[in-house]
Amino acid sequence: MILGAASIAEKIPFLWPEIAAFLATCVVMVVGLSPNLGTRRLCAPIAGLGLVAAGVLAAFTTPEGTGPLPFLMPFAKVVLCGVGLVLLLLASGVVDRDEEAVIAAGKATFNPLRTNRAEFYAFFLFSLTGLMLCASADDLIWLFLALELTSLPTYIMVTMSRTGRDGARSCEAGVKYFFLGALGAAMFLYGFALLYGGTGTTSLRGIERAFVSQSGSGGINSIAMVGMLLSIVGVGFKIAAVPMHLYTPDVYEGSASPVAAFLAFVPKTAGFLAIILLVSTMGWTFARDGSAAGGHSLPQLVLLTLWVMAALTMTVGNVLALLQKSVRRILAYSSIAHSGYMLVGVIAGPGDGTSITRNGIAAVLFYLLCYGLMNVGAFAVLACLDRKAGDDSPELETVDDLRGLCSSHPVLGWTMVVCALGLMGFPPLLGFFAKVPLFTSAIAAGEIPLVIVLGLNSAIAAFYYLQLVAAPMLEAPDTTVRTEPTGHAARPMAALISAASVVGVAVASGPLMEAGAKAGGKPVAKKPAEQPKRPPSGPSGH
Amino acid sequence: MALLALILVPLLFAGYVALRPEREAKSIALWGTLGALGISAWTLFDFDWGQSGVFQYAESFSWVDAIGLRLSVGADSVSLMLIALTAFLGPVCVLCSRTAITHRQRTFYAWLLVLQAAMTGVFAARDLVLFYVCFEFTLIPMWVLINLYGSTNRKKAATKFFLYTFTGSLIALAGLVYVVWFKWSVSQQWTFDLYELQRTAARMSSAEQAWVLLALLAGFAVKVPLFPVHTWLPLAHTEAPTAGSVILAGVLLKLGTYGIFRFALPFCPLAIGEYAPLIAGLSIVGIVYAGLVCWVQTDVKKLVAYSSVAHLGFCVLGMVALNDTGITGSILYMINHGLSTGALFVLIGMIYERYHTRSMDELGGLAARMPVWSSFMVFFTMASVGLPGLNGFVSEFLCLLGAFQASHEWAGTPGGTPGRLGFVYAAVAGTGMIVAAIYLLYMVGRVVFGPLVEPHGHGNGSGHGHGNGAAHGNGDAAALPRDLNWREIGTLLPLAIACVGLGVYPSPVIQGLRGPVATTVAVTKEGAAYKPPARADAKPPEVSR
Repeated sequence: MILGAASIAEKIPFLWPEIAAFLATCVVMVVGLSPNLGTRRLCAPIAGLGLVAAGVLAAFTTPEGTGPLPFLMPFAKVVLCGVGLVLLLLASGVVDRDEEAVIAAGKATFNPLRTNRAEFYAFFLFSLTGLMLCASADDLIWLFLALELTSLPTYIMVTMSRTGRDGARSCEAGVKYFFLGALGAAMFLYGFALLYGGTGTTSLRGIERAFVSQSGSGGINSIAMVGMLLSIVGVGFKIAAVPMHLYTPDVYEGSASPVAAFLAFVPKTAGFLAIILLVSTMGWTFARDGSAAGGHSLPQLVLLTLWVMAALTMTVGNVLALLQKSVRRILAYSSIAHSGYMLVGVIAGPGDGTSITRNGIAAVLFYLLCYGLMNVGAFAVLACLDRKAGDDSPELETVDDLRGLCSSHPVLGWTMVVCALGLMGFPPLLGFFAKVPLFTSAIAAGEIPLVIVLGLNSAIAAFYYLQLVAAPMLEAPDTTVRTEPTGHAARPMAALISAASVVGVAVASGPLMEAGAKAGGKPVAKKPAEQPKRPPSGPSGH
Repeated sequence: MALLALILVPLLFAGYVALRPEREAKSIALWGTLGALGISAWTLFDFDWGQSGVFQYAESFSWVDAIGLRLSVGADSVSLMLIALTAFLGPVCVLCSRTAITHRQRTFYAWLLVLQAAMTGVFAARDLVLFYVCFEFTLIPMWVLINLYGSTNRKKAATKFFLYTFTGSLIALAGLVYVVWFKWSVSQQWTFDLYELQRTAARMSSAEQAWVLLALLAGFAVKVPLFPVHTWLPLAHTEAPTAGSVILAGVLLKLGTYGIFRFALPFCPLAIGEYAPLIAGLSIVGIVYAGLVCWVQTDVKKLVAYSSVAHLGFCVLGMVALNDTGITGSILYMINHGLSTGALFVLIGMIYERYHTRSMDELGGLAARMPVWSSFMVFFTMASVGLPGLNGFVSEFLCLLGAFQASHEWAGTPGGTPGRLGFVYAAVAGTGMIVAAIYLLYMVGRVVFGPLVEPHGHGNGSGHGHGNGAAHGNGDAAALPRDLNWREIGTLLPLAIACVGLGVYPSPVIQGLRGPVATTVAVTKEGAAYKPPARADAKPPEVSR
């Protein structure tokens, strides 16, 4: 049980990406206070540089981890730095948009007190740093702090994402998000406490060992079991899983599109990393002895909870999405549904850990990347256009507002078409290649009923995604709603990047899948299991 | 490379159509489809017919190694003939749309070409995932064609078509993946290769096979369409533009029967043997029920659409007879139905362009006005009814004969094969032929012969043009002569020649099909005869995981 006491200094090799991101955050905060508008505009580029540096460091310096998934860190961190960059492009102009318009019109001069660019980009980076820390977590306390570092900045980002008349809506969204988020955090914190109570340690490794010895002698401690279930349901808030999904549509609708895209990727990824780490302590065979036996040995109760969550999340998300008119609400419910799909991968477990086709965890990691890209693309289209004749909101709202986009704004229109088809899982786009490993791993794990639920849900989803395809591609442009570009050059670039990757990554998804398989797999080289009680790797094993 | 060229040529031309101005679209599309037709004709000559059961022109490139997905194509004679049918119908579709499609032509022809590439890909694919990708990808072009160029109810029809097929094929995907996983559990080899999978799939227990068969049928029976899941078809057909209907009837429906032939038979031989009576029963219900529904239709296009349900019923009936005769007849039926029903849709499209109606109440005695059109109409109706000497007869006869022979009572007699169908099935399906004759002849009798009836505004025409063509913004159509022009005759004539050719002298085609049919029958028999002992050997590693 000494693992939990490993000093922070020993963990530094894992943390270079986080350190880079954190340094960039500090620079952004200082630069963002400059009285000079030109200097302040450097915030976004500095944040971008920080992310690039973090990604490079994660790819090349991360040693093999000590957790149950030793190769998780580099993959997860590189992926989220990459998607983070696209999100950063998309976020250009979220804050200060009205200010700058006024300044550009010559009606006012730059007032350093009235902008909050520094805060926005700093929170952006803080949240991503928290997300990276989630990937590095090997301890419950650490995991909790990382999850909160991911979420707390997003509450503020939601609130400040809109100004003027829409400010009230984003405030409302922020408050809803915060209170429900606090409820979720309280639940999983309580769960963590019970886990500690039931096992006597906060280290994930230690908990895993405690579970091994407990199940050897009369079953897992019921306090720990309750803790695990509470933690899973509480973290369900981050991934917008039923029953913690209720905030999603309101919050996505209330916040500006770039922030909604951020919410759909960053907290969700953090939640999935946390669930994977937590569930892994309950035992996936390979994590303990490195043998090829594979398969999951989750307790029935945990399996049942995840099963019900997955089935309900998919179905509720998709069925409610059918009823929506607003594009952002559709995307919010689709975000719920996609969480359900990914939970299927968690249930399938890592199998024998050799190939993504039978490794549900690898499938989830790959799916997160794909979902992030497709989702950013769909939100980017909304973020790129302003509605002129509108009285309610300057942003596009309903599916009808997208009509004829392919002829009026070809790049944005086709981005929407490609991303909606991708989210639908239509072959040969990215969503399809993301879904195939989920299908195969779930079948390999024997979860055939769940595969059928997944298939039927994908079919239900086709109905509403098809609207998002039909409106831009087939309908005649709506003359009553004039849409025009928002004037942020970086946003269409984000749209273009995600559309290109929905097509391009799909065609060349092999290497990424292999990386995902490695990230979700076991340490193949260190197979000899002479000392099954002792983790085969890691500097913190003393 | 021939197969890849057949997929790539339409795709490249589709891209070219999208880049060039609107008015050039139809000629570029025509050249593209003619190019594909040329390549396809060349493959028919170049193909080694002596080894028709072997996948030829095979190419295999690695695509996504992580999930064992390869870009591998190859064609045996069944695939080759269906590809030839696709290529043959390509120029027909372009030609028959020349005056019918007047707005957003680039979109139309580009998607038409993409559709052709996807359909060719389905028939050429030897990799399960590639098959699935192409199978699904046919949906988008067809959805666009119906949604943009169909008639009044087109949006509902397009959505229904898309959702029905998409749902079915997702379930089919689960079935296919199960087969892949089974292969892995037996031999620790993860592959989507069709040939590799065929060798182990039959070792699944009969319960597993039944579930896989059910999943596969969920995808393929919707496409065929078999009786209870056919409801999308009349709607989609009626609303689709002419070229869409031709492709839909000519090729897309065959994706279902082709899927049954290529996957359901070799993958689940035990189950298909067991459930053959049920599937055959559904086909027969489809044959008779759709025939009776046809009888009461007043919309000519809807009538032909329902007749497709009945015809494809024969096709499936022959398939599940599981003997050489039945399967050969079934595959021949796919080709013949594509030719004759495709032509009927072209003919109806021509009438609709002239009169803007398809109702039998408003049309009658057109032989007096349009002798050339009427001759073609009678001809293709006869081909569809199954008049001996024309193509429909041969395949319908073979399907019925196959079902008739597939009975244990006949097992000892020459030509008899063990099976679970037999006289009753063939006899009840045979009544479907009578019903078909009734409704098709009834339709021809009303529309072609009898007293002249024309919609208002058309009766007093001088023989050229008609009154309200301009009201539809259909400038070209207004210039159409009363009877067919040379372009339209040129569209129909090759189809007519093919119908006569296949009717009078079908034996080269039947000979050509012998290889793959024999292979499939052998695989099915072998699978059905597979004994559990070896299964017990294969099982333990699976359980221990």
